Amino acid sequence: MIAATEPVRILSKSPTDDGEGQFLEVSMGPQHPSTHGVFRMDVVLDGERIVKLKPVFGYLHRNHEKIAENETYLGSMPYTDRLDYFCSLTNNWAYALAVEKLAGIQVPERAEYIRIITAELTRFQNHAALIGFLTQDMGASGTPLMYAFRERETILDLFESLTGARMMCNYMRFGGCRVDLPAGWLDHAKQFAATLPRFLDEFERLLATNEILMARTQGVGVLSKEFAVNAGVTGPILRASGVNYDLRKVDKYGIYDRFAFKIPLGEHGDTYDRYMVRLLEMRESLNILNQALKDIPDGPIVDPKTKIRGFKPKPGEAYGRIEAPKGELGFYLISDGTPNPYRYRVRSSCMMNLTVLEELCIGRNVADVVVILGSIDIVMGEVDR
Amino acid sequence: MDEHLKTELRKQGIVATTLQELYNWGRKNSLWPLNFGLACCAIEMIAASMARYDMARFGAEVFRPSPRQADLMIVAGTVTKKMAPQVVRLYNQMAEPKYVISMGACAISGGPFKQGYNVLKGIDRYIPVDVYIPGCPPRPEALIDALMTLQKLIDKQSLTGADRPRHLQAEAPSEFIVPRFGAHDLEPPQNPEVWDAPLVNISLAGTDDAGKH
Repeated sequence: MIAATEPVRILSKSPTDDGEGQFLEVSMGPQHPSTHGVFRMDVVLDGERIVKLKPVFGYLHRNHEKIAENETYLGSMPYTDRLDYFCSLTNNWAYALAVEKLAGIQVPERAEYIRIITAELTRFQNHAALIGFLTQDMGASGTPLMYAFRERETILDLFESLTGARMMCNYMRFGGCRVDLPAGWLDHAKQFAATLPRFLDEFERLLATNEILMARTQGVGVLSKEFAVNAGVTGPILRASGVNYDLRKVDKYGIYDRFAFKIPLGEHGDTYDRYMVRLLEMRESLNILNQALKDIPDGPIVDPKTKIRGFKPKPGEAYGRIEAPKGELGFYLISDGTPNPYRYRVRSSCMMNLTVLEELCIGRNVADVVVILGSIDIVMGEVDR
Repeated sequence: MDEHLKTELRKQGIVATTLQELYNWGRKNSLWPLNFGLACCAIEMIAASMARYDMARFGAEVFRPSPRQADLMIVAGTVTKKMAPQVVRLYNQMAEPKYVISMGACAISGGPFKQGYNVLKGIDRYIPVDVYIPGCPPRPEALIDALMTLQKLIDKQSLTGADRPRHLQAEAPSEFIVPRFGAHDLEPPQNPEVWDAPLVNISLAGTDDAGKH
């Protein structure tokens, strides 16, 4: 369980100066089966209880922003795939949205529909995989993750036939999408969407009322409404604390105002609520997906006036944000009129959500840290960038 | 032993083998990988162990969280300069015989992030790599292919002779230098014992040396 980055140390003095006895400083990670990548936590323990927790980032810092500042605007689109590598299509969309705002590009209707279909499929597979990983961290070894990955593979098949890649789709373009839907894709997607309610029922029945899961998650890692808002937490974690804030409703980016869907909210803000909110969000995603698959019109998929080569937006700045599966994902761009951005900044949802980790973990046991971290849903590609 | 005789004996229910074959057969079909993901490729590694691709068919489904229990390290993802010492230390902690698959463009050479200041240009600068899988990320099928390639490599190893594998050579090192952060970069920038610098064919067009290389 303890990975060897630094030796385990016995602290002779209490870090808070008021305790007695010995404290143990343990380095969890960067190689740890449940830190979801290369994340490290320096944990100070009093027996099994957490006294202090210090997150250590940067093990996957890949210089995304610096590389993007030296690339053309379109050239950094493939790099956005690799931010949150579960959800490449939503990353693409957030970046495309920022550039469209910067250059004032309109998106045709069909492209908006395709974006929503792919984004909701992405959200679905992200939440399914997350619940699989979360339950695996709690000891439900295999089964929920296998179920989640079974559906995920089918979604990835749809992505592959549309974009040519399973994970790194690189599909959105400024003013639309790269290619039109291939023949028969919509029928495949409809057939697949028709099987999803059964999967959701099965997935929910599998664990939602499981006694062990409830004992491990209810009342664990309670995030209060006020603290969540003050810490800048977004996404399903914020909604699990009972704050009704979803950019799909607030910003109405794209054409989300045309769809009827609900925002699931939690009551207690504990790990169980975060798990349930994601289960319910999958149902709402399916709801949006069905509406979009029914209504998608014909037409062009990219704004014909957009220049692809020699794309130089006018000097200015823009911030484009979307409700990514993990929270608010934003791209802040400053253009100085050259082919590459002067400043390129990613507002990473995982990074912001991770800041509350210590608050949630203090006073809990070591085993709860793993569960709380799992319910926050981080991907190191986006945290470290 | 003659292959024909062996087949004939097998028909009679007698299995004849050599120690070497038995040893290699056992090792190649129970490769336990280290449960160790670095970046995007790790997700494809997980996908490969899930129901559709099912690495268990090749005996490599037991992902061990501890390097002491693992035989195979799949370096799945971008190795940053902050992470490189940990990767090498994990490799050093693994027990012999141990193998390394370098999965994806980043682990091979830095991949799309090669220009970055914090990205290691290939894990083979510090640890010996047995199989490389190109791709960004490689598909699960590619990982399975790499695993089968590794199984073939293990099957060919002989227990005696000058070309016997590293773990049977007492003098061969099984641990390598763990790099440290220096003033500007990792020190050493590569381990010359392990790393074969690529032969760069510098174009000398227009000079007197043109065509000599």
